[in-house]
Amino acid sequence: MSLALSAGQRSHRAWPETIHAEWTKLRTLASTWWLLAGAVALTVAVSAATVAATAVAPGLDPVKLSLTGIQAGQAVVAILAVLVISNEYSTGMIRVTLTAMPRRLTVLAAKAALAGGLVLAAGALAILASMLAGRLILPGHGFTLANGYQLLSLGDGPVLRAACGSVLYLALIALLSLGIATAVRDSAVAIGTVLALLYLFPIVASVVSNQHWQRHLEQIGPMTAGLYIQATIGVHALPLTPWQGLGVLTLWAAGALILGGLVLRFRDA
Amino acid sequence: MTTITKYRSPVQDGRDGFPQLLHAEWTKFRTVRGWVIGMIVAILVTAGLGLFLVAASGNVSCGSVSPSGSGPVQHGAACGGPPPLTLGPGGEPVTDSFYFVRQPLAGNGSITVRATSLTALSQGAVNTANNTPGLHTGTLRPGLVPWSKAGIIIEQDLSQGSAYAAMMVTGGNGVRMQWNYTGDTPGLSGAVSAASPRWLRLTRDGDTITGYDSTDGAHWTQVGTVHLAGLPSTVQAGLFATSPQYVAISTSFGSGNINNAVTGATAVFDHVSRSGAWPASTWTGGYIGGDTLAVAPGIAEGYHQAAGQFTVTGSGDIAPAIPGAGNTAVGHEPIGFFLAGTVAGLIAVIVVAAMFMTAEYRRGLIRTTLAVSPVRGRMLAAKAIVIGSAAFVTGLAAAAGTVIAATEMAHARGYAMFPVPWPVELRLIAGTAALVAVAAVLTLDVGTMVRRSAAAVMIVIVTILVPYFLTFTAAVPAAIGEWLLRITPAAAFAVQQSTPQYQQVQAAYTGGLGNGFFPLAPWAGFAVLCGWAAVALAAAAYLLRRRDA
Repeated sequence: MSLALSAGQRSHRAWPETIHAEWTKLRTLASTWWLLAGAVALTVAVSAATVAATAVAPGLDPVKLSLTGIQAGQAVVAILAVLVISNEYSTGMIRVTLTAMPRRLTVLAAKAALAGGLVLAAGALAILASMLAGRLILPGHGFTLANGYQLLSLGDGPVLRAACGSVLYLALIALLSLGIATAVRDSAVAIGTVLALLYLFPIVASVVSNQHWQRHLEQIGPMTAGLYIQATIGVHALPLTPWQGLGVLTLWAAGALILGGLVLRFRDA
Repeated sequence: MTTITKYRSPVQDGRDGFPQLLHAEWTKFRTVRGWVIGMIVAILVTAGLGLFLVAASGNVSCGSVSPSGSGPVQHGAACGGPPPLTLGPGGEPVTDSFYFVRQPLAGNGSITVRATSLTALSQGAVNTANNTPGLHTGTLRPGLVPWSKAGIIIEQDLSQGSAYAAMMVTGGNGVRMQWNYTGDTPGLSGAVSAASPRWLRLTRDGDTITGYDSTDGAHWTQVGTVHLAGLPSTVQAGLFATSPQYVAISTSFGSGNINNAVTGATAVFDHVSRSGAWPASTWTGGYIGGDTLAVAPGIAEGYHQAAGQFTVTGSGDIAPAIPGAGNTAVGHEPIGFFLAGTVAGLIAVIVVAAMFMTAEYRRGLIRTTLAVSPVRGRMLAAKAIVIGSAAFVTGLAAAAGTVIAATEMAHARGYAMFPVPWPVELRLIAGTAALVAVAAVLTLDVGTMVRRSAAAVMIVIVTILVPYFLTFTAAVPAAIGEWLLRITPAAAFAVQQSTPQYQQVQAAYTGGLGNGFFPLAPWAGFAVLCGWAAVALAAAAYLLRRRDA
């Protein structure tokens, strides 16, 4: 009787305990913090270098420009998220984890929540620092009121959308990476797959001379579509609205998590 | 008193030379199914993306509309595609459009003029704030560009792509002698004006044409001598003026804007003198070419003759055509363009190369490997040779397959590629294979240093793929992009540049927007990657010897 009771208690408390266990694993790995710091540093450094090397020109979007670094920083975020699960497969830890918590989808959900949460926090830091760099540097490069450019300010609707959307973008990239890593298990293959998925769409879209194909590739690519959220100039000319674009990335992330969940649920660990 | 005979194993000693080590590493590579599959995937994605690019390069909206039901679907110019290419005497695509005031010249002879002025107007989008990109015909501005040109020319005939030699004054490059589109030799420097006129002379002697320039018409300097093989006895000679489009590229995050403006140059000549047999009695003016560049309505081409003074206005260019967005041969991509899928194949090769080393650490096999081959540097060398060779073969198959298949498919679809000479095609294929091989060795080195596949794959992809991506999609300003393509391992993609940059043509020579131009020469860019791989190999060998396995 006491056994049944404790089983009931355990299932009742499964979620907070799983979260707690996953958080302990994540927080005690030195690589987690190094990768988060690397993601923030790379994002801010590339953003600042870009704004520092740009002179005012027609059609330039100061907000997008200030957030350029996200395109390099997301690679580090993807690696962090891949390692959350594939590290367990490479060390055999996954068998211990699944013995302790046999509900596999709960484990995946806990990992997703923690990786997403950590990336949200680090992403917010990286985006704020990038915007601050843009705000400080851009007026010196001709992005002044006289040329029709306001100082970057989060009080401005489209700027706020770009900033919040970029933070969400990074979190969604983490979820996409986690899903793919859960499906393919091996860290090297997972990282190769995620980075190919992110970078190949824009590379192919930029070389395709046919406008029709270019538009389609940009609409379906997780990175190209997701980054529409950063647009503050010429939003109407985009193939998708900013939020629709982030929606495409959300679909990718959801699809990857579902695939990863199915593989985790139905395959031997 | 029994003698003890030393025990001898009946098994023959195994040999432990370098060939055996190579054989052992090769056996490890070929027996891991996932690695072989990874290499095959690399070939398939490279070729697959290349074929996709060919398929997407035709005019899709046109191809879907078949005239008269089941009739053959037309492609190319008839469907509003890019204008057909004009080929020069060397077989290279050229731009050949200018205003020509001419007379036939029978046999040997010469023509001499004095140029006193060269001005130009531009009509189109010039790079100003809040201006929408693209051509718009409203405003005329002063628009002398560095290669606005006017002077005297001897043409084989009036056809497009005809052989020629010319002496000219230019907007910003002084006096030049140019011939057969690609030839260019400098003469006097400085701008032309009434106060500082330029005298130009061309003499024909058989197949040889010699150009001279002078500041006073008395003291002449020979600029150059060219041989135009097979020049007919009667050629067309006279005055010309032309001015290329103005190109400005502004790149912003994820998109590039190309601002083009048509320019038209007006030159004033006097002291026109001729020697030899000139059978026609009057000058004939006419526009040569003109299909490739739209002529702006505000620029009145033509010529005007009064009191021995000729005023000639023309627009266009006499120069090699340049492929790529915003350039003169836009819509005709060279074969190197279809190798863009190499990046995808490279990712697969990098993953395999990383695991080739890191799997040893993960499985503990490294201890067996080092017990068998205690000289650690030799083990690393054997691994580098095996993975480098495997990657070279993979890259070779991928590049050769893509080039052959893309050429065939373009032919079948009626898509006119920008032709490149066969030595360039060979360099594209061999260079791509070498790029993939050295990148694999670099990955192996990084894998030896960091021992973990995730970290190794990340480091190599971030140093090769991300700079390539940032430049190619014009995500960073061109200045940063050019710098990235000089110092990062991504510089090696220069081996995939198909067409040279000509100093006498101002064009969008960028890596971005798919134009595929690189700041370093092909093999210099490749050397940058080799340098990185060599440094990494040395560091890996050092760490391998110093650390416990």
